[in-house]
This record gives sequence, C-alpha cells and structure tokens, in this order.
Amino acid sequence: MHARRGTESPATGSPPDKRVLEPDEIRRALTRIAHEILERTNGAGDILLLGIPTRGVPLAQRLAERAGEFEGRTIPWGSLDITMYRDDLRLRPARALGKTELPPAGIDGRTVVLVDDVLYSGRTVRAALDALTDLGRPRAVQLAVLVDRGHRELPIRADYVGKNLPTSQREQVKVLVSEVDGEDAVLLSEHEPDEPEHKGALA
Amino acid sequence: MNRHLIAASDLSRDDALLILDTAEELARISDRPIKKLPTLRGRTVVNLFFEDSTRTRISFEAAAKRLSADVINFSAKGSSVAKGESLKDTALTLEAMGADAVVIRHMASGAPHRLAGWIKGHVVNAGDGMHEHPTQALLDAFTIRRRLRGTPSGGLDGVRVTLVGDVLHSRVARSNIALLGTLGAEVTVVAPPTLLPLAVEGWPCAVSCDLDAVLPKTDVIMMLRVQQERMNAAYFPSVREYSRRYGLDVARMGALPEHAIVMHPGPMNRGVEIAAEVADSPRSTIVEQVANGVSVRMAVLYLLLGGADLGGTNE
Repeated sequence: MHARRGTESPATGSPPDKRVLEPDEIRRALTRIAHEILERTNGAGDILLLGIPTRGVPLAQRLAERAGEFEGRTIPWGSLDITMYRDDLRLRPARALGKTELPPAGIDGRTVVLVDDVLYSGRTVRAALDALTDLGRPRAVQLAVLVDRGHRELPIRADYVGKNLPTSQREQVKVLVSEVDGEDAVLLSEHEPDEPEHKGALA
Repeated sequence: MNRHLIAASDLSRDDALLILDTAEELARISDRPIKKLPTLRGRTVVNLFFEDSTRTRISFEAAAKRLSADVINFSAKGSSVAKGESLKDTALTLEAMGADAVVIRHMASGAPHRLAGWIKGHVVNAGDGMHEHPTQALLDAFTIRRRLRGTPSGGLDGVRVTLVGDVLHSRVARSNIALLGTLGAEVTVVAPPTLLPLAVEGWPCAVSCDLDAVLPKTDVIMMLRVQQERMNAAYFPSVREYSRRYGLDVARMGALPEHAIVMHPGPMNRGVEIAAEVADSPRSTIVEQVANGVSVRMAVLYLLLGGADLGGTNE
C-alpha cells in the first residue's frame, strides 16, 4: 500500500520502469470489469461505485460511465477518503485529506463497489470498510481493483481484478491515469522507494 | 508547520491553506449521522483555561471529541491555581498525566510560548492576553473564503477586509491582520486613535479613523468587541460616543457593497459596536463563525496530533 504511490524516477543506475499495462489494456480491463459488475449485481440496479482517492476516483468514474453505457442509464459514483481511518497515521506526518463525495441518496441499502488502483496489503480497504460504517449501512460491499499485486496482510480479497500482477515486495507498482497523470499506464519498478511520499506533511 | 500553534504570524501561506482545506473536508462531518472520526483515539487533549470563555473552550472540546480524543477540561477557577500554583507546576502536572496536546488560554501574552518550552506535548494557543488568538483568525479566514469565493479553495487575494474597534487590546485583530496578510487580503483597521497600538504604522495594514469613508470599499467588515475588562483607563469619552462614531448600525450596513459580509468574533456588546438588527441580519456570519470554528479546530488538532511526532522545537 505505501509503495504504490510512487515517488519520482529511481536513482541513477536503477533499471527503468517496466510498463506492464498499456492504455488499451487498461481500457479493456475496465470494460471487462464493468461487464462483470453488471453480471454479478444483476444489472447493477442498486450499486454505487466509490473510488478511493487519488487514483481510485477516476477509475470509479470510468467504470460507472462504461457500465452506464451498456445498460443505457446513469450509474452513481463518488469518492471515499480513508485518510482519517488509516492504521499508519502515527508512522508519518499528518497527511492532507482527500475528498469524500457521495450522491445525495447516501449509501444505505446500496451495493457499494469500492474502487482502487492497486490492492496490496489490504489495509486501505480495511480503512475504507471502517469509513463506510460511519457513513451508513450498505446492503453489501464489493471491491474492484485495476491491479492485484499480492502480499496481503489482512483477510481481504477483490471481487473484480483488472490484472493479477505477481510482484516481490521490493518492487513498486505505479498506476498512472490520464485524469491525474496525463496518461494511462501501469509501471513496475525494481527499486524500493527510499522515502515514502509525504503529501501534506506538516513538519 | 511547527509542532505548536502559538501565533497566526508563524503560519506560512501553505500551512494556512493546508489548515483551511483540511477544515473544508472536515466540515462535511457535521452533516453526517455519525459526527465522529477515529483518528485521535487514545490521545489526550487538555483544555487549560485561565480566562473565561464559552465558545472557544466548547469549540475545542467538540473538535477534539469529534476526532475521538479524550478531553480533560481544566479551568483555573476551583483548581490549585486558586491556591497559588504556578503555570509551570500546572504544566508539569498535565505532562505527568500524559497530555498529548494542551489548548491554553491565558491572560498573559506569551504564556503559550512559555508552556511550549516546558512540556513535550503540542501547544495550541486559544488566546493569550493581548497577543494572539490564531484559531479565531483561521476560522474567520475560513468563513470569508466560504462566503465570498464560489469554490472554497486558494487564498484571499484582493479581498478588502476592514477591522473596526479596539485594535489595541485585541488579540483577534493581531492574529487576523497577520493571517489575512499572509493569505493576500488587503486589511484596513479603523479605530479611535487611543485604541490603536503605538507601532501600528509597521503593521501590514492601512489605518483610518473614519469608518464612513472606508465602508464603500469593504468586502468584509469585522467588528471587534469593546473590551471593558482590559480597559483600566478612559480610551473614549463615552460608550454612546464610541457607538455613534465606530458602531455598525443599519445605516452604515447600507453603505457597504451589496456582497459584503459582517463578522464579529463574539461575545458581542449589542448596541455598542454592533446594532442588534445588523447582528441578526442575513449578512452577518456570526453564527456561521461558531460552526466553522469546530471544523477549523478539528483541522488544527488533526494536523498537529494526527501524524507522527517528529520532535523538533517551536522555532
């Protein structure tokens, strides 16, 4: 989880990032997931897609739009910030908060599909489940991720996976989405990040 | 940002914007059925109040509780301070009880700064003498940004803010002038010459003694409380004269531009610095300021206490 939001290019001498998914492959994976969601939820009558900031949010939007096209109606989506529910807050300086935006109808009684870019330790998803509990009572919660890189530290699994990517813990998986990064790609780099990103550090 | 929040003048523009943006997210919590976050579970916040206060103390208490911190309220009345215990001994007692943060209000300017040197926890200034009241300035800036900006983000560049009244005794004015300047607002202070500090020319603000001339060029008017309790000399001939020259009545409110808002840090002296009709008008943000105070103080407590403590000092 910590390793997924990559820092800048590796130090000189490290091998270059390996591109494991190209834009077309990402598009096809999302299309397949959108179909799977519709299939598994019987047409997605009561679903709500919630992306986890930063990169889960545009992915949730794309999935909602795609599934909506296939079914010919609008599928609601939103974002769920989990910063305040993280279990590693005390390990580094306070972070800036992401946005939580829910449709006015809320999450009660809906099937919530959490959307994130990378599934790694499972701790982000654990935090998201806690955050959902404080927002209401969904009928069910499912999980969609673009990349599952393994190394779970909690009993959590994804319902929809774009690509299973076997990795070593020393590797770093970085998902780029055009809404945030200007391009779509999944990169795998060999180095271990020396210093995790301190977004919004107050120290 | 520092480990402590002692003065608004210590905040960089980035620090201030981070606090305001964080508060903007945290403000949504108050619309939820469960108004609580688990973030500061197991942390202890002590409210150490040597001076009377309603809204600030309650606001800090609500903020800490919404973040799941344990709150200990300490007021000087009925404590060992009444028996003559010094601030340092009180501080060491709190330290021994494991206070992770101390929110202090004290009648002596500089008390929070001294406290920060004695204890390991974080210190938040909730008003010290005639020095600063940084969280009030932050909540005022937050309120201005929400009311005057379509999207509440970024600074307050170009917003014309007029502070009226007892600038000399006002820690709210000092903190506001510092923070509003950092955020890019243009500040004018209006006060009787006797209630202006000696070195006001050096402050980052314009000075005027003519309220009526300033009103049409004002986006935000901030009325300061006439602080009878800090005045042991005659600063103006009579309350009635003060009110006539520097009070905000309905006619003066009419001279403000259409979009202008009226602020007051509270508690108000209705009929002295602000007329009751003005305080209760839709342009007044006085009640909003109280609600925003909780969000801003949550942001401050979260940003000071929520992450790892990397040590370091105040300077």
